[in-house]
Amino acid sequence: MDATRIYVPRETSAVSVGADEVALEIAREAKRTGTPVELIRNGSWGATWLEPLVEVEVDGARIAYGNVAAADVAGLFSAGLVSGGEHERRLGPIMEIEYLIKQDRWTFWRCGLTNPLSLEDFREHHGFKALEKAFADGAEAVIDAVTASGLRGRGGAGFPTGIKWRTVADTDADQKYIACNADEGDSGTFSDRMLMEGDPLGLIESMAIAGFAVGASKGYIYLRSEYPLTLSILSRALDIAREGGWLGNNIQGSGFDFDIELHLGGGSYVCGEETAMLESLEGKKGIVRYKPPLPAHEGLFGKPTVVNNVVTLASVGNIVNLGGERYAGMGVNRSKGTLAFQLAGNIKRGGLVEKSFGVTLRELIEDWGGGTASGRPVKAVQVGGPLGAYLTAGQLDITLDYEAFVEIGAMIGHGGIVVFDDTADMAQQARFAMEFCAIESCGKCTPCRIGSTRGVEVIDRIIAGENRDQNYDLLVELCDTMEAASLCAMGGMTPYPVRSVLKHFAEDFASSGDDR
Amino acid sequence: MARPHIDKQATSGIVREFGARAEMLVQILQTIVMRHGWIPEDTIRQLAGELNLSRADVHGVVNYYHDFRTEAPGKHIVKICQAEACQAMGSRELTDHARASLGADMHETSDEVTLEPVYCLGNCACAPAVMVDGKTHGRVTRERLDELVATIKEAR
Repeated sequence: MDATRIYVPRETSAVSVGADEVALEIAREAKRTGTPVELIRNGSWGATWLEPLVEVEVDGARIAYGNVAAADVAGLFSAGLVSGGEHERRLGPIMEIEYLIKQDRWTFWRCGLTNPLSLEDFREHHGFKALEKAFADGAEAVIDAVTASGLRGRGGAGFPTGIKWRTVADTDADQKYIACNADEGDSGTFSDRMLMEGDPLGLIESMAIAGFAVGASKGYIYLRSEYPLTLSILSRALDIAREGGWLGNNIQGSGFDFDIELHLGGGSYVCGEETAMLESLEGKKGIVRYKPPLPAHEGLFGKPTVVNNVVTLASVGNIVNLGGERYAGMGVNRSKGTLAFQLAGNIKRGGLVEKSFGVTLRELIEDWGGGTASGRPVKAVQVGGPLGAYLTAGQLDITLDYEAFVEIGAMIGHGGIVVFDDTADMAQQARFAMEFCAIESCGKCTPCRIGSTRGVEVIDRIIAGENRDQNYDLLVELCDTMEAASLCAMGGMTPYPVRSVLKHFAEDFASSGDDR
Repeated sequence: MARPHIDKQATSGIVREFGARAEMLVQILQTIVMRHGWIPEDTIRQLAGELNLSRADVHGVVNYYHDFRTEAPGKHIVKICQAEACQAMGSRELTDHARASLGADMHETSDEVTLEPVYCLGNCACAPAVMVDGKTHGRVTRERLDELVATIKEAR
């Protein structure tokens, strides 16, 4: 009898709620009952609310069991787990779970499906086909495909990727670099992490494609230190790629040399800003650089550098495979393709939803997310991380489109969606925005360094009821100064959440700290 | 009490692992912190010498990054996420509970357990999130936090 394949994710969120213990218990129970089992540690499908999500392969179909605890395992075996037996945890075939099948999985399609640390599995799922196609089609064709796709930077800034690559390709230099920004510091975001844990070879392939396209022989991944499991998976994946001849000199006889060095951050939020990240990669304090020069002209060690976010890069594999036009066919207006939205905070069905732009915030929060975890009404939704505006329950019909968000003084950023219920004290959230900026400011420019500290003080005075009207005006003026005069988005966008609270939740300043 | 130091040879070994390249300073410091928990003053001096940097350069980098502690932490480190997604699920209340039950404020150590803030562990769909000795935990209630702390204390 062949061993039954059982999948248990090895991914931070799944492991954080007991996936390792479940895997261990499955191995023990299989041994105890003499059941031949092949345990595969896959990535997460992104239905985080169902983690630990265990799958069993029966006649080619994968049957899912949700929220499995180690204590459930013996019972699951008795219920015939290996043949997909009935049990209260049984959800049915994974490919019939609505949360997943209603998505448009372009970038994350291998996440959950494959064993992230198996080169064989990766190759069976089109792995390195895009790199081979890039070698065959040539660098120009790759850049054309990326340009045609309309792909924009998924780290938050939304800059057209094709233009960035073209600029680096057209800049003469003895050395160029690909710098992958994996310093995913925004609260409410985890798509970079899920991609790196669930499909690290996919990222490596896309980085090699980027290197080939622009003429860079070296890549860097700047990974935040808060992701220890990601570090372990990614390091192993880099070794696997090297051992398989997919990184290093003369990759697969193509004549193209490319290798990747993995760097860890030091727990600084602002190092997610591209120039601060380059400073940190050079071993220095993560202090923001003036622009120009753009990193595409003078980036890492003064050389032309493509700085792209993890998800941006990982989207390229399928763009090369399937064509830029196909990607551009999804989405709305100038927001082409898909974004991996992340449902977080006070939400019933939190997780990752990769969907074409144009979906509404309400669809994501209600249809996928199922409303709040607490069951109470939604009060506020912060989109785009700590520098993103708080939207009200009345603004949920907005479509996810970069420009539509800009119009209302908000931003999509890295696609994080954090939901708060009606117990949230929005004055405290405004205060936190300033406090976070004060903690994380790199200190180079005055509006950010000093403005953030003054912002906390002014908000404290408003909350305490001291000269409320004058301090309110002062806070608005401070926001104007920070927004207009800061060097980067840290100081420049901290006013977004603050202003949104002033505009929509001003009554919370009067009641802040009251017993709710 | 004499302040504990990091063995000089161990530090030199880490410098060599990174090819004694000055541009690897952040990586070298991160490795020291991961293995030893903190960066003592004499280690800063040694790194400056071995990497041919000024002490001010190394000091600047050490002080810039939150990860690079300049005080020895306790044997165990409990980090509680203070960012928005966790706030929306009660991390402020969880932090108050931890302060009271551990008898330590943020960045303080009590009974060999150091309490620290962290701004996002990327576990925002399983909020609130906590990291105990380098391992991330999700959907952490007060009771669960008490259990996790009890487990590390028993293990020593």
